[in-house]
Amino acid sequence: MTLTPVAPTIRSRPVYAALEPWPGRLHLIIADGEGADAVIGMLVKANNRSEILSATHVMYTPGPNGTDLSSKLEALGAAQFFRAPTIPALLPRLQRVLSDAHMGTQFYLAGTEGLIGQAEREIMATGFPFAAIQKEHRGSTVRRVQCVHCKGITENVSTNPFKCSHCGLNLFVRDHYSRRQAAFQGVNIDAEDPGEVPESVVRFK
Amino acid sequence: MSLDFKPGAFNDFFRDETFREDFTYRNSPQNIRRFPFPFDRDDYMYSVNMEPHVPGRKGTAFEHILDVDEHYVSEMIDRAKVLADDPLRCQSLPHMTLAGWDLLELIMEAKARDYPEWFSLERNGNRWRWVNRPLGIDHSFTFLDESTLPYGPFEYITRQTQGDFSLQDERDGTLWMDAGMVTSQADWSLDFDVGMNFHEWHAPVPLAHEKGVFDRALKFLLKLQHGAPVRRFNWTMTVNPLLDTAPETYPKWGPTKTSLTQENLGRKQHLRVELQSLYRLPRSNAIAFDIRCYLASFDEIVTVPKWGRRLHRVIRDLPEELATYKGFIRNRDAMVSWLAKYDDGAPTSPGWWPDE
Repeated sequence: MTLTPVAPTIRSRPVYAALEPWPGRLHLIIADGEGADAVIGMLVKANNRSEILSATHVMYTPGPNGTDLSSKLEALGAAQFFRAPTIPALLPRLQRVLSDAHMGTQFYLAGTEGLIGQAEREIMATGFPFAAIQKEHRGSTVRRVQCVHCKGITENVSTNPFKCSHCGLNLFVRDHYSRRQAAFQGVNIDAEDPGEVPESVVRFK
Repeated sequence: MSLDFKPGAFNDFFRDETFREDFTYRNSPQNIRRFPFPFDRDDYMYSVNMEPHVPGRKGTAFEHILDVDEHYVSEMIDRAKVLADDPLRCQSLPHMTLAGWDLLELIMEAKARDYPEWFSLERNGNRWRWVNRPLGIDHSFTFLDESTLPYGPFEYITRQTQGDFSLQDERDGTLWMDAGMVTSQADWSLDFDVGMNFHEWHAPVPLAHEKGVFDRALKFLLKLQHGAPVRRFNWTMTVNPLLDTAPETYPKWGPTKTSLTQENLGRKQHLRVELQSLYRLPRSNAIAFDIRCYLASFDEIVTVPKWGRRLHRVIRDLPEELATYKGFIRNRDAMVSWLAKYDDGAPTSPGWWPDE
C-alpha cells in the first residue's frame, strides 16, 4: 500500500507527496484509515525516530471504509496518542492543540482527502501557510462534496452522480476543489432536463 | 443610515426595467450602438488580450473608465435583491478591508470626476461627503472608519457600482481572490472560489492552461502598476436578460436553455459581454478586478449589419470545447441557423466598431 495516485487533472485539485521526517520541536500527526501506514513509513525514514516520537502528538480515526490501524499506531509509543471515533470528534482536540502550537511545529496529514482537507483547514486558520503542511493521501478515495446550490456538505461520496444529502438534487462531482470548504464541488446534473440523470457509477472507492 | 434607494431614482435617462420574472430589460437604439461587441475579427480563440484601460472613443462604453449607462439604477436594484436572497454573494476575508477602502476611493473619485451631474465627492481631511443622485444617496462618513458606513467599504461601494468585483491580494508570487461582490456572473461561485489563488479559480477553464494563457496573464498582472489599469473582454451566451446566472440558482434558470425556438430566439437569446478591467490599489497593493456585464439580444445585435455577419461566423466556427464550457452547446446549431439569415457572406471590416 503506497501513496494513492491522483490522475492529472485541473489545477485546483490537490496533489500529494510521501511524508518526510522534518526537524521540529513538535510533530503533529493527524491521520485516518490507511494513513497510519504513511506515518509508519515516514518514521522508518527517520534516523532520529525516538527523538521525533518523544515530541509527537498523534490524532487518529478509522477510515470511512472501516480500516482501523489504531493499535499499530499506538504501539509506536508517541508522547501522546489519541483515537477519535470519527473526524468531527477529532477536530475539537486538534483546535485546542493548535491554540498552543509554536513556531517549529511540523504537521503531517495522512489518509483520506476528507481528513486531510479538514485538518488542513484548521491549521490554516491559525495563519500557518498550507504549502508547509505535509500531506499524503492513502486509502479510500471517497470525496467530501459541497452542493453549490444548497451549500450542504455530503461526506464520503462514492458515486457520480449522487444525491445531495441535504437538498436531494442530483449532483455531478467536479474536480474543482476549495481548501476553504475542504470540499469538491457538486453541481446539479439534470437542471436543464429535469429527471434525465445518467446512471450513477462508483467512481470513488 | 442605510442604502434603501429613494423612490424617484429613475429619470429620463435611467430605464425602469427588470432582469428577472417578466424580463423587461431592453437596450435603447442609442445604447445598442455603444454595446461593447467583443469580436474584432470573424473568429475567436482564447488569448490574454490585455490592453491599457484608458478613456476611449466618445459616446462608447469606453468613454470613461467606469461606464455608467441607462441600466444603472435597475442593475443596482437587481443586485440588492440578489443579496437579500443570498448574502454569500458578497464576501470579504478579514484582511481585505483596506483594499475595500482603496476601491471605494477609486470609484468615488472616478464617478465624481466623469459624471458630475450624478455623483459628487467632497473631502475635508478624512471627513467625506458622497452624493449619488441616481440612487438618492447623500452620506457623510469618515474615510478608513468602517463604523461610519452601513456596510463594509467594499460592499458599500459595490452596491452602487455596475459590474461584479473581486479583490485580489498579492502574496507568494500569485494573486488570491480574497473578496468579491458577485451577482452578475457567468456561472461561477464566489462562495466556493473565495480564498483561491489565480490558477485555482481558473482551474475549470478548458484549453487555456495548456496554451499557457494563465501563466502569461498572471506574470502580466503581477507587474500591474497603480494608475495604469488594463482591460480585456470575455463573453458567453445567456437565455433571457438574466444578470444573475449563478451556479447557486442554476436549477432555476438552467431549464430556460430548452425554451428557444427560431421564432423567439432573436428576443430571448442574449450575447453576454464582460468588459473586465484591473486596477492596482495604492494602500493595500491589492488588485481590483471589475467584471462588467453587458447584455444584448440577438435582435438588437443584428441591427448592426457588421455584427450580425460576424456573430454568425464566430458562433458557427467556435471549437466545441469552448461552446460546451460556455454552456451553449445545446443551442449552438439553433443560433447558427437563426444568425445565418443575417450573413450574406460579405467581408467585414477589421475592428469591433459598427460601420458608420
